Amino acid sequence: MNTKRSFGLGCALLGAIGVTTAANAAEQITFVSQGGAYQQAQTVAILDPSAKKLGITINQDSIPDAWPAIKTQVGSGKPIWDVVDTPTGNCLRGGEQGLIEKLDFSKIPNGAAMPEAYRSPYSVSYEFYSSVLAYSQKTFPKDAPNSWADFWDVKKFPGRRALRNHPFATLEAALMADGVAPDKLYPLDVDRAFKKLEEIKPHITVWWTSGAQSAQLLNDGEVDMEMAWNGRVSAVAKEGAKVAFTYNQGILQSTSLCILKGAPNLDTAVKFLNQAVDPVHQANLPLHIDYGPGNPKAFETNVIKPERAAQLPSEPANAAKQALMSYAWWSSPAGEAAEKRWASFMQK
Amino acid sequence: MLALVSPALLVILALIVLPVGWLAWQSIYHDGFTLENYRRIFTEAIYWRSFALTFEISLAVTLIALLLGYPVAYLANAVPKGWSILILSLVVLPFWTSVLVRAYAWLALLQRTGVINQFLRYLDVISEPLALVHNTFGTVVATVHILLPFMVLPLYATMQKIPGDLMQAGASLGASPSLTFLRVFLPLSLPGVLAGCTMVFVLCLGFYITPELLGGGRTVMVSMLVSRNVELYNQFGAASAVAVVLLLSVLAIFVVVSRFISLDRILGQK
Repeated sequence: MNTKRSFGLGCALLGAIGVTTAANAAEQITFVSQGGAYQQAQTVAILDPSAKKLGITINQDSIPDAWPAIKTQVGSGKPIWDVVDTPTGNCLRGGEQGLIEKLDFSKIPNGAAMPEAYRSPYSVSYEFYSSVLAYSQKTFPKDAPNSWADFWDVKKFPGRRALRNHPFATLEAALMADGVAPDKLYPLDVDRAFKKLEEIKPHITVWWTSGAQSAQLLNDGEVDMEMAWNGRVSAVAKEGAKVAFTYNQGILQSTSLCILKGAPNLDTAVKFLNQAVDPVHQANLPLHIDYGPGNPKAFETNVIKPERAAQLPSEPANAAKQALMSYAWWSSPAGEAAEKRWASFMQK
Repeated sequence: MLALVSPALLVILALIVLPVGWLAWQSIYHDGFTLENYRRIFTEAIYWRSFALTFEISLAVTLIALLLGYPVAYLANAVPKGWSILILSLVVLPFWTSVLVRAYAWLALLQRTGVINQFLRYLDVISEPLALVHNTFGTVVATVHILLPFMVLPLYATMQKIPGDLMQAGASLGASPSLTFLRVFLPLSLPGVLAGCTMVFVLCLGFYITPELLGGGRTVMVSMLVSRNVELYNQFGAASAVAVVLLLSVLAIFVVVSRFISLDRILGQK
């Protein structure tokens, strides 16, 4: 699985520091996320307030890709971590493989109140980001590309293009370019998607692998349009580059919280999970970083100002323009087969 | 003697032999013995393509590094000591910069809006920017830059040991400088050529960051398959198998090369 942020020192530092609120409390959990500015934002917005409210200690760890560690820890029979923030697909896959605890939603009322598409028997959505169509405003001062069909239209929108070197969201974009409605994507017609991708392949200058790379391509004017994560594009725009993006036909993706099977502090972990998706705590997150809350009720708390809400991927009006990625499909056998097919497509 | 060596042997055992053995074990054992991971490598075309591409790139890098490195080593050997130290420091200097930084530096030079394209457009040599990076070309350029010292240093070490009077002897027998070079100096420097080429070739086989950043996603070298297989198959065995095949190829190269030249000559530059 991939992570959407790359981290340097932040990971190591955060992992080492940990958080010690309510130091005397007997109850504690170990919470794991992906480090960097993202984990710092969570600490202020969600982790510290939750620890205070519950009177527990939240120890933090961070890792760019939690999946191998989840496997090894649970496999060893003595996991160290309790709660993990990881791409939703990991929670589902882990649940099926007996690596993740099944959640009792009667103990997680905040999670139970979330729309069904935002949770699974093993996980609750924690935050949203989106794979959007981003473009250079220098190349397209007006009449910018506004849909994946435009992205595929090399005559009407000449220019250099980049896509992510990964099937996630890319197959969805190809199908939308081919006329499939955002809410009718799943199960993906994989053959049709790859056929459509063959069409655009000769016009793709770069297939990027890391979020940092996608930002650099846009920032340096190396490409005129690309698929990128919304947070990366807005960061580049904030630095002064003439770039913009549209949420239209974006692919809404999430990370979720899940609990390791046999977690050392299971009961406390469940209590924490409920606090972590509390609408007010969730509403705090976008005040510190460009990601949308995982609980849509956060938008009803008045914590997020309307102009800020309008910038966020999971704001209801923005969400309505996008496709919600089905992690259930991607972790199904058909999804895994599509993932394997990607390699042959790239190296043909 | 053994007492003195044993700590080093233990370190090698703990840090190299055990992990590599564990790696090989994982590639054949996953809930029972299986050759599935190897079957995939030898039957699916993408693996073959990656291995072929990796060897092609390594070969190209080795040849270019030799063509660039030989004259440098020759010059460093021919000039007085002070100058040769300066030349060799310049060769080694890039070692102090991280591979990642150098890859990004090449990106800044080679990309569409990069220094080279802008300069050529300013001179009106080209009207459209050249595709210098996000392809195999950019990967090769940056890899040569990184591996050049591994070519120059063994060459220089070998040339240092060629006695200067041999050249004079050639001249005194009436041979022209170019003939002396071809018949005397070049053959005597061949062990250095072989040593340098082996080092560069083998190191290049395992390159990861450079093709990842400069290859544009199309240049998939074997090391990238290793990392991709961890993601794709959710178990380390699939990746280990690729690593084992690569490791065996490297060992095979060393075995072949060692028939022509002793290994400590490559590794220790004796």
